[in-house]
Amino acid sequence: MNSDTKQALLQKIRDKLGDDLHEVYEEYQYPLLRINRERLHETCRFMKEELHFIYLNDVLGTDRFTSVDRFEVIYHMISLRDQQRFFLKVFVDEEDPVLPTVTDLWTSANWNEREVYDMFGIRFKGHPDLRRIFLPEDFKYFPLRKEFPLLGVPGSLELPSSTPDHD
Amino acid sequence: MSLDRVMGEGFFTTTLDSLTKWGRSNAIWPMPMGLACCAIEMMAFAGPKYDAARFGSEVFRFSPRQSDVMIVAGWCTYKMSHAIRRVWDQMPDPKWCIAMGACASTGGMHRCYGVVQGVDNFLPVDAYISGCPPRPESVINAIMKIQDKIKEEQSMSLDS
Repeated sequence: MNSDTKQALLQKIRDKLGDDLHEVYEEYQYPLLRINRERLHETCRFMKEELHFIYLNDVLGTDRFTSVDRFEVIYHMISLRDQQRFFLKVFVDEEDPVLPTVTDLWTSANWNEREVYDMFGIRFKGHPDLRRIFLPEDFKYFPLRKEFPLLGVPGSLELPSSTPDHD
Repeated sequence: MSLDRVMGEGFFTTTLDSLTKWGRSNAIWPMPMGLACCAIEMMAFAGPKYDAARFGSEVFRFSPRQSDVMIVAGWCTYKMSHAIRRVWDQMPDPKWCIAMGACASTGGMHRCYGVVQGVDNFLPVDAYISGCPPRPESVINAIMKIQDKIKEEQSMSLDS
């Protein structure tokens, strides 16, 4: 892991985004950049096509449980050529939890975005198949939101009938 | 033929009930429902060191049609519960069920919305095993409890 390469890449992102790059955390080995959500898709395209981050490792959500900018979505991407690992982070408001999809850039984002939708209810505009991925489709809640009770809502998930079919 | 030769002049009497119970309790074939790490201990239970053959339980049957006791080993999600119940319904009577380990008995450390808090919510469990995971000796203990249970119940009159 070459830190000169990392700084060069960071400088390119700074030049590209300007004020829309809100925060850069560099305490950890890998940089984490918080950016303006309006420029998310554009930045992702830039990361993939100009900086060669061809591998999207993960997309994950977090519930910060704050009144403004409640959720955050983190994109974890890897450049195999430069051996770099970058994290992009955007805040999402509870009132309008919609983000643009990045499935047109990385196909691997498909299931990850479905998981974020399943767990937090954040919708991804332009996603080809935005259904729940783990829970039943008629499930009404988003389980990783902080207000969801730990043991779930009684009766929301079906248990099998204890009467056998044959008698 | 040969009953004369085997028994000679002697004979013994018993009831049909106790003969059935003797046969049933010494040939409890388990249906392994291995869901998590408990399944590894369940395999050790069937292996040579712990020698389940002493209790007639060494034959793990992977078909519900041929098994007598279902060992639910591991944590069970709501999604899996339907499959387990389906397998259970396919097992012929008489049948018994062992909830192996803390997770199968009570949900254990998986205290969350997706995990059934104890398989007795949808299965009639006969023996619970504590431990996380339990040692193979505990599984043998549960098999012995099932044997005791079989020996105590009124097998012929209730199974009509």
